[in-house]
Amino acid sequence: MTSSLLFNVTTFAYLVSMLLFFAFLASRAAALGTAGIVTAYAGLAAQSGAILLRWKESYDLGFGHAPLSNLYESVVFFSWTIVLIFALLDLKYKYRVIGAFVMPFALLGMAWAQLGLHSGIEPLVPALQSNWLLYHVVTCFLGYAAFAVACGISIMYLIKSGGEERADASSGLMALFPPIRVLDDLNYRAIMVGFPLLTLGIITGAAWANYAWGTYWSWDPKETWSLIVWFVYAAFLHARFTRGWVGKKAAWLSIIGFAATIFCYLGVNLFLSGLHSYGGGR
Amino acid sequence: MTTNQRGFLNSLWNFFCSLTLTMFLLITLAITSIIGTIVPQGPPPQEYLQQISPFKFKLYQALGFFDMYHSWWFILLLYLLTVNLVACSIKRLPHIWKIITRPVTILDNGLERSLANVVSFKAHGAPEKLQEQVAAFLAAEFAAPVATERDGARHLFAQKTPWCRLSVYFVHLSVIVIFIGAIVGSFFGYKGFVNIMEGDSISKVTTRSGKDIPLGFSVRCEKFSVSLYDSGAPKEFKSVLTVLENGKPVPGYEHKSVIVNDPLTYKGITFYQSSYGNAGECRFLVTDLDGKNAVPVTVPADGSVTLPDGSSMHVLETTPDIAPYSPGLSGPAAHLEIHTSDGRSERVVVYANHPELNLAHAKEHGKGPVFYFKGEEKRMYTGLQVAKDPGVGIVWLGCLLMVVGIFAAFFLSHRRVWVRIQQGTVTMGGNASKNQAAFQQVFEQLAQKLKTECSGEKR
Repeated sequence: MTSSLLFNVTTFAYLVSMLLFFAFLASRAAALGTAGIVTAYAGLAAQSGAILLRWKESYDLGFGHAPLSNLYESVVFFSWTIVLIFALLDLKYKYRVIGAFVMPFALLGMAWAQLGLHSGIEPLVPALQSNWLLYHVVTCFLGYAAFAVACGISIMYLIKSGGEERADASSGLMALFPPIRVLDDLNYRAIMVGFPLLTLGIITGAAWANYAWGTYWSWDPKETWSLIVWFVYAAFLHARFTRGWVGKKAAWLSIIGFAATIFCYLGVNLFLSGLHSYGGGR
Repeated sequence: MTTNQRGFLNSLWNFFCSLTLTMFLLITLAITSIIGTIVPQGPPPQEYLQQISPFKFKLYQALGFFDMYHSWWFILLLYLLTVNLVACSIKRLPHIWKIITRPVTILDNGLERSLANVVSFKAHGAPEKLQEQVAAFLAAEFAAPVATERDGARHLFAQKTPWCRLSVYFVHLSVIVIFIGAIVGSFFGYKGFVNIMEGDSISKVTTRSGKDIPLGFSVRCEKFSVSLYDSGAPKEFKSVLTVLENGKPVPGYEHKSVIVNDPLTYKGITFYQSSYGNAGECRFLVTDLDGKNAVPVTVPADGSVTLPDGSSMHVLETTPDIAPYSPGLSGPAAHLEIHTSDGRSERVVVYANHPELNLAHAKEHGKGPVFYFKGEEKRMYTGLQVAKDPGVGIVWLGCLLMVVGIFAAFFLSHRRVWVRIQQGTVTMGGNASKNQAAFQQVFEQLAQKLKTECSGEKR
């Protein structure tokens, strides 16, 4: 058993899970929803095993490190955190259909990593040899994943509220969607989980930077974009707490926030230059 | 003060207290921050200047885009945000403070109507007895209550985590604490760099603005080394440093290893491994083709020398053993680049152990000169970032405050329960500052239990 084989299994499981969720949406057969979530859990288990195995494999090669060091590994980890946050949401609220809007993000991540990115296990360059790498990456990506889930839920919100305006929402596809108030609340709850994690991610990054070269903040593009994302979600929370921004406005702000998050994660590496060099990991 | 002035001050105050301003500032800061990630910061590089028109350059310069995070308008936005969050906090704090310190302990009709969760039921028994029972129930199931008697009715009030209403102000305060830390750092700290040769010591560093700052002690570089993985990728850059006071090593600061991600701190000044280089020299003997006019030439690792015939040369790289690159050969070798006085340049490998090859190559190319490699003195230097930031502790305190504040603000809720006992009727009301849905469940269970308890006593 190798990690790359298990990653293949993961990608396949996420593909099947997504298709089952789509079929669930189309047919409204509860069994398909259950099959979808079971497959997603199986994929999550396989991926957890694969990540641990890759970790071990790096030790076998003689330069062990957490599998979080290049673009391939970070995309894989991002995909894992998305399914993890979705699983937690499912355990608590049991709205299976959300999977149809969240699993595509996870599948996209795995497919891109496996088809387009260099998957070799490389030793760590001196700059990355720090325990802060683990704290920083884990907190950031859990935050990103919560925002991804919030974005998926916001898309559902906009579809459902659009449907409600046009016709009877209790029929057809829309009947499966959680009530519109619930979607609005779940969007907020996911951001409520993501925001403290992003804050922790920025702080651990700053602590690491200070420890590594004596500057906790240097307005590097990556740092600046993480602050931009933080500002957007801070605005979201203020609008919600004190101005009662709910519904469509909140959903749009959540989608904009996730777009900024994705740019912070990938766009900065692809289009701008800076300290986070894992974008060159192709 | 005239009414006009008061009106103006009032509207100014309202302006700074407004949430519209908060939203405007957060979104504006987010959008304008993008500029600095697209326009290169610091002195703009030449290639960039060639891409943009002179008009754009002047405009960008006038708007401070080349150092935008320190431009007057960006700093102004940050100050406005600070004033805004202080004003918002001041405006709302007294009200919140009152809720916490002087809670409404009486469930009157007005309050009852305003509560989302209210349950009422008949209960028999003496009011004193009922009050005791409810008090014991609340203390066991929720929180210790306060009892008040008014107009023949008995009121009990209990609450949980009232202080969590302050958490948002702690988050606001934390932003200010972080700003204070940043300001302290920028006034009383500095960032600099220094290169130290192996064996040499330094006692001052150069800041980014080019100013020399005395350290008050010295640092000696004992050794610098680079280790590589088998693949040739760098594994570790390591300086061995000793701190000296009055020329004497400081106990505990002798031969300290400094690697990337593991700096050395002494007296609040921290040294970070950042770069390195070779400042040693290579020795050559240069002769004519027939071996006459031998001149020894010493070339610094990072420089070039002019030869007697007017051409110049520098060393591209050296190796202590050529065997892995050229099978059959052995010993040290150097790769040179020579620029002749008529503008041509050529590259040549010269050997220490194979003078005949050096001569053959020179003959092949005409008139000479002939180079003989005589060896190399390697002398590494280490490049260290030097930072002193007395504000950093304040920044971490602010960060801690922020994290604790955000968690409390999101995941804790101020929950209140009132009970009124009046003419054989028990009325219970409750509310929560957050997460109403979850509280509703808690409240319903609580009410059900209380009802059972009050009627169970009768049986």
